Amino acid sequence: MTRQERIAKLKQTAKERVLILDGSWGVMFQKMGLQESDYRGTRFATHAGQMKGNNDILCLTRPDLVAKLHEMYFDAGADISETNTFSATTIAQDDYKLDARAVWDINHEGARIGREVADAFTAKQPDKPRFLAGSMGPLNKMLSMSSDVNDPGARLVDFDEVYHAYREQVKALNEGGVDLYLIETITDTLNCKAAIKAIMDLEDEGLEKLPIWISGTITDRSGRTLSGQTTEAFWNSVKHAKPFAVGFNCALGADLMRPFIAEMARVADTLVAAYPNAGLPNEMGQYDEQPHETAHAVEAWAKEGLVNILGGCCGTTPDHIRHVAESVKGIVPRKPPERAKALRLAGLEPFELA
Amino acid sequence: MTQSTASFINIGERTNVTGSAAFKKLIVDGKYAEAVDVARQQVQNGAQIIDVNMDEGLLDSKAAMRTFLRLIAAEPDIARVPIMVDSSKWDVIEEGLKNVQGKAIVNSISMKEGEKQFLDQARKALSYGAAVVVMAFDEKGQAETAQRKYEISKRAYDLLVGMGFPPEDIIFDPNIFAVATGIEEHNNYAVDFFEGVRMIKQSLPYARTSGGLSNVSFSFRGNEPVRRAMHSVFLYHAIKLGFDMAIVNAGQLDIYDNIDPELRERVEDVILNRRNDATDRLLEIAERYRGQKGEVQKKDLRWREKPVKDRLAHALVNGITEFIVEDTEAARLEVERPLHVIEGPLMDGMNIVGDLFGAGKMFLPQVVKSARVMKAAVAHLLPYMEEEKLRTGMADKSNGIVVMATVKGDVHDIGKNIVGVVLQCNGYKVIDLGVMVPAERILETAVNENADMIGLSGLITPSLDEMVYFASEMQRLGIRKPLLIGGATTSPAHTAIKIEPMLSDAPVVHVLDASRAVGVVSQLMSDETRDRFWGETKDKYAKIRDSRSGGQAKARVSLEAAREMAPKIDWSTYTPPKPSFLGVRELGADLATLARYIDWTPYFASWDLVGRYPMILEDDVVGEAAQSLWNDTQAILQRMIGEQWIEARGVVGFWPANRDGDDLVVWKDEARKEEIARFFTLRQQMEKTNEKGQLALADFAAARGADYIGGFAVTSGHGEMEKSREFIDKGDDYSSIIVKALADRFAEAFAEYMHERVRRELWGYAPDEGLTNDDLIAEKYQGIRPAPGYPSQPDHTEKATLFSLLDATAKAGIELTSSYAMNPPASVSGLYFSHPEAVYFAVGRIEKDQVEDYARRKGWDLATAERWLRPILNY
Repeated sequence: MTRQERIAKLKQTAKERVLILDGSWGVMFQKMGLQESDYRGTRFATHAGQMKGNNDILCLTRPDLVAKLHEMYFDAGADISETNTFSATTIAQDDYKLDARAVWDINHEGARIGREVADAFTAKQPDKPRFLAGSMGPLNKMLSMSSDVNDPGARLVDFDEVYHAYREQVKALNEGGVDLYLIETITDTLNCKAAIKAIMDLEDEGLEKLPIWISGTITDRSGRTLSGQTTEAFWNSVKHAKPFAVGFNCALGADLMRPFIAEMARVADTLVAAYPNAGLPNEMGQYDEQPHETAHAVEAWAKEGLVNILGGCCGTTPDHIRHVAESVKGIVPRKPPERAKALRLAGLEPFELA
Repeated sequence: MTQSTASFINIGERTNVTGSAAFKKLIVDGKYAEAVDVARQQVQNGAQIIDVNMDEGLLDSKAAMRTFLRLIAAEPDIARVPIMVDSSKWDVIEEGLKNVQGKAIVNSISMKEGEKQFLDQARKALSYGAAVVVMAFDEKGQAETAQRKYEISKRAYDLLVGMGFPPEDIIFDPNIFAVATGIEEHNNYAVDFFEGVRMIKQSLPYARTSGGLSNVSFSFRGNEPVRRAMHSVFLYHAIKLGFDMAIVNAGQLDIYDNIDPELRERVEDVILNRRNDATDRLLEIAERYRGQKGEVQKKDLRWREKPVKDRLAHALVNGITEFIVEDTEAARLEVERPLHVIEGPLMDGMNIVGDLFGAGKMFLPQVVKSARVMKAAVAHLLPYMEEEKLRTGMADKSNGIVVMATVKGDVHDIGKNIVGVVLQCNGYKVIDLGVMVPAERILETAVNENADMIGLSGLITPSLDEMVYFASEMQRLGIRKPLLIGGATTSPAHTAIKIEPMLSDAPVVHVLDASRAVGVVSQLMSDETRDRFWGETKDKYAKIRDSRSGGQAKARVSLEAAREMAPKIDWSTYTPPKPSFLGVRELGADLATLARYIDWTPYFASWDLVGRYPMILEDDVVGEAAQSLWNDTQAILQRMIGEQWIEARGVVGFWPANRDGDDLVVWKDEARKEEIARFFTLRQQMEKTNEKGQLALADFAAARGADYIGGFAVTSGHGEMEKSREFIDKGDDYSSIIVKALADRFAEAFAEYMHERVRRELWGYAPDEGLTNDDLIAEKYQGIRPAPGYPSQPDHTEKATLFSLLDATAKAGIELTSSYAMNPPASVSGLYFSHPEAVYFAVGRIEKDQVEDYARRKGWDLATAERWLRPILNY
């Protein structure tokens, strides 16, 4: 199958059933008890500073483990797995003092590994093709929020810097073989808009066009992103990307995420995706929600026609994904609503001139 | 919920250095904090978008744009609205787009430098996710004539849509130029603009129009009253043609109908280019327009000589705030802790109020007034208590916490506010979440704040369903707190039959009116009485359910039989009158006129004072309270009218129409070929013995021939929220509630006034009618104005049809909520029927056969029909 054939298949499958994304990677790596030396490998053996905790670099230093996780999630029933490249931008990797070359390699290798595993599964099970989403996480630096409590105008990065960082990541992921981009855990819509612009510009310059999936993060019950937008305002601000899917992930468990997913299902005329955390963390920072509990909650969403894609974020394991996949089998996915054309703008809140 | 679906969009112009000298100075001087305040004021004054422009030679415009946008991004009360990034330089615009997280508007791009640059900039705007304003400007220059404005816009539109730009994100600015400049060629500029707007809106689907309003009055710089009149007149005519938004000084627009008629006429002559000497004639009178005003009063002060404790009690019982701060301070100096003032003399005073209220010697408005005094006293003590808390770590607690809200989809809150105040007076902490509050938020607040109980309010029938859902959510989530139900459509029966069965783990209590609230809440709070009270309530509701389930279903006739028994109006002997116009017209009204049409009896009823006006003022029991409320109300009414606190906006329309079965078909024109809308009506099915027959509204229109129906929507709610909020912020709930209750009355008065004009001139079927206000209240007129959601047509969703025919949201600024409540709440709408035999009636309960038939006609499934008709189902 060529990539465009796979994409056509992905779009077709989304009409037939609820698609399943994989679960958390952080928690899985954590369970493996990796050492500093695992992270460094030979390539970064003498690199200054600590490398432990930089999960993305495992694409280069422990590709076997990365492939293993893709396999575990595909085995559990995931249709889509994400590359291990959540923080693979020059801005985020600056914390580890990695240069542009290393960051490019992480993305490229991450995509290549995922591609290989996905293709192997598809070959074994041609009726259930597996897809690879290029993970593009938020940055540790935000464009809409001040970096200094005493100066509301202060920023540590500007739009152009963020744009260029994402541009490099997009190119590497595309070249490495992903089927779609997943801009995820968006805390600041302006960062996301820089990523969208990077993709749109590259496509204008001739890069092969891939679907975009945009996943924001509602930080708490206030129902707003960290940068202050409501669900509908967020959608109005990113819909120019004509995304394949939009939704939320992280920060909340399924129970608390529900109203915002329901709202997104109402306003977005594209596929809606949700991958909540396994509940809220306990005092120890661990997630206690059991696989059947997560599955129970998201199954209700699927039945109510709120979602098209389900998966898990922090604290979820292959077992969670297995339960989710089982529980939504045979459920008819949400049909995106047709919305009347209207001038829809946004500040922190939505604006509509009907 | 979407922020603004309103009609005409105000774009704030004050954050534009080219338009505001004051703002320019702030930016040039680097006073950004004050510049941010300018933006805030714009939003507070009603700007729905703010225009930011930094085109000034002395400035690094890019840096200024970046700095300012980053600063306002940190202010949620400003950043909530979208930004219009305004510059004549593309690099400044792009810098703006790099600093806005929401979806912005680019102002502007044009084909001034040719197609290539135009498309390049449009593509960039698209990649930043922005809408664009396109100026009517091409290689040859700015368009002045209507034809060229349209041609340039059309060319730009085709290019943009061709490259994949969403048509709904295109806004055309067909150039507003100054008129009355003394140069003859300029005289037709406004007319050209109007015509350009009309052509654009007609021929370029989904595109919008915008413009900078202040340009038009440029030649009257320095004469604000004339400029404002020109702006109002200009907008009045432009909006009718589909003009969507303008860059204006939000909060500085006059009401068209309120402009001095002489000035308005001359301004209109200029704007519409109606006569050759128009400019001269406007100049002739222009200098006369500038003016202002002001005044004062006094009373009996013997009670001031009594001891402080008595003075506080007197102030509380009589609702006098004038001396409360000095008396509270005097009391504070006499006691050890500030809290003792509250626990001592203030509570003593409130207890007197409570006793008098309980004994029926004081009435609701007086209690609410007392609460205002209490709040002012507590506000004075608060800083001392805070200081004491810091010093000693002592804290205090309330009698209990009640979370209250008007449910999702509903906007009515007068009753809820009164209950809130009464509870506060009795020492309860009230967390009032306001109106249109989703269930999740109420529940979450109740849990987080550890509330002792939850109170729900609603006025329209769909709110009943929301309350049922709410109760089921409480049960599902295991929230065991008493649930109180109140509001005009709620009833013990509905609570017993529909709500209580949903929630088995906590008490559900219907609270009839504000005077019962304290009794219910205190019984539910107390460990001794709670279980007994809950038990009694449960028994009472069980009895209601039993009695309903037994004999409830009264005999009904089948729909078929009911249709047989429809009244037979003899149309052969009757010629339906033709309205003076067909289509829709906006109609404002001044408040002084409307005040004469107010029906005061329901006003007193909203304060739980029962009796007919004016006799109520001399009533032995409530007379004194009524008189005092009357005085306070009149004082506020005077200011409300004089200072234009609220604006009355209305829209009325007439259409050719005919009956089709139980439907009313509305035709596009007299040809009666093209159906533009259809109203569905419901027919009575109760068994009847009188000869009136089984009525449906459709009966009052002729099945064929030249008949008509009318429709209207009026509101007096614009401005009400802001004003009532202002009073609440000052701790004055009393005045806030008066404002709301008055706005409601104004809306009803407006409907009455409009109906009279309809009968006498607009439809004109009763030109010689001479009725007094009492006659009007007694409905002694010909024809009816039934409203969807009321007994003659209980289905609220029919409002949607009415609103779209009237374009009421655009023309009168009234929106429909998800439950079809009108917002602002002080709004009235309805249909007009002219036939002398048309009467108000109640559909009553209906059978499943009609529900199925109705569902089929409306294109609903049965469940949807049952949902909207639930209050009248006979099964």
